Amino acid sequence: MRKARFKKYLPLLLALLCGASNGLQAAPAPDFTLPRLDDSAPVSLSALRGKVVYVDFWASWCAPCTVALPEMDQLRRDLHARGFEIIAINLDESADDALRFIQRMGLSYPVVTDLAKTTPQAYAVSGMPTAFLIDRHGELHSTHTGFRPGDSAKIRKTIEQLLQETPP
Amino acid sequence: MKLLLLPCVLLLAACSSAPVQPWERGNLARPDMAWDTDPLHSAMRDHVNVSKEGSSGGLNTGGGGCGCY
Repeated sequence: MRKARFKKYLPLLLALLCGASNGLQAAPAPDFTLPRLDDSAPVSLSALRGKVVYVDFWASWCAPCTVALPEMDQLRRDLHARGFEIIAINLDESADDALRFIQRMGLSYPVVTDLAKTTPQAYAVSGMPTAFLIDRHGELHSTHTGFRPGDSAKIRKTIEQLLQETPP
Repeated sequence: MKLLLLPCVLLLAACSSAPVQPWERGNLARPDMAWDTDPLHSAMRDHVNVSKEGSSGGLNTGGGGCGCY
């Protein structure tokens, strides 16, 4: 009787354990459409369905962001052809600060701005920088808070695993 | 007494403050807002102070080797 009850709850236990190890339980990533910093066409997350997307919340005053952005830019240049994209969401109060920063960095990926700050609330951003990795099915896979030199190697491994999934 | 209670509760409720969100820390991150604006200069100043005031405990505790206090 006790064994039968254990078997009944085993899948639930396994699901909980898997969710805990990933840091996030599979859930659809909140969609957004935000204007680019350079005033070109707005970027929408849903338009990138089928790609592995790295949504990165950053600001020009955040010291680890200055490390993260160039490293992630290199990663994007390497994996973009295989279906990887980055959306950097700037959270500066002044767009001019962000523009100056980007011009200095020379980033290749889309940088958008959210002056209303609704997106970081939807994603429950807990620190700067915080990044969310979204799989080809549009589901949140994992989160990365803070950034140290060399973190991109770990992130690259996870992205390459996700890129092996077949697009929907 | 009951008339006093209501203003007191309202005053206490006004004391609450919303936490600063991570993306609202731009001004706090400014160099001139740092607790120690020049750590290297502070370290040098502390070194000089400890060297000169070592007999009175330097930067740490009051009292030197004399056992005065």
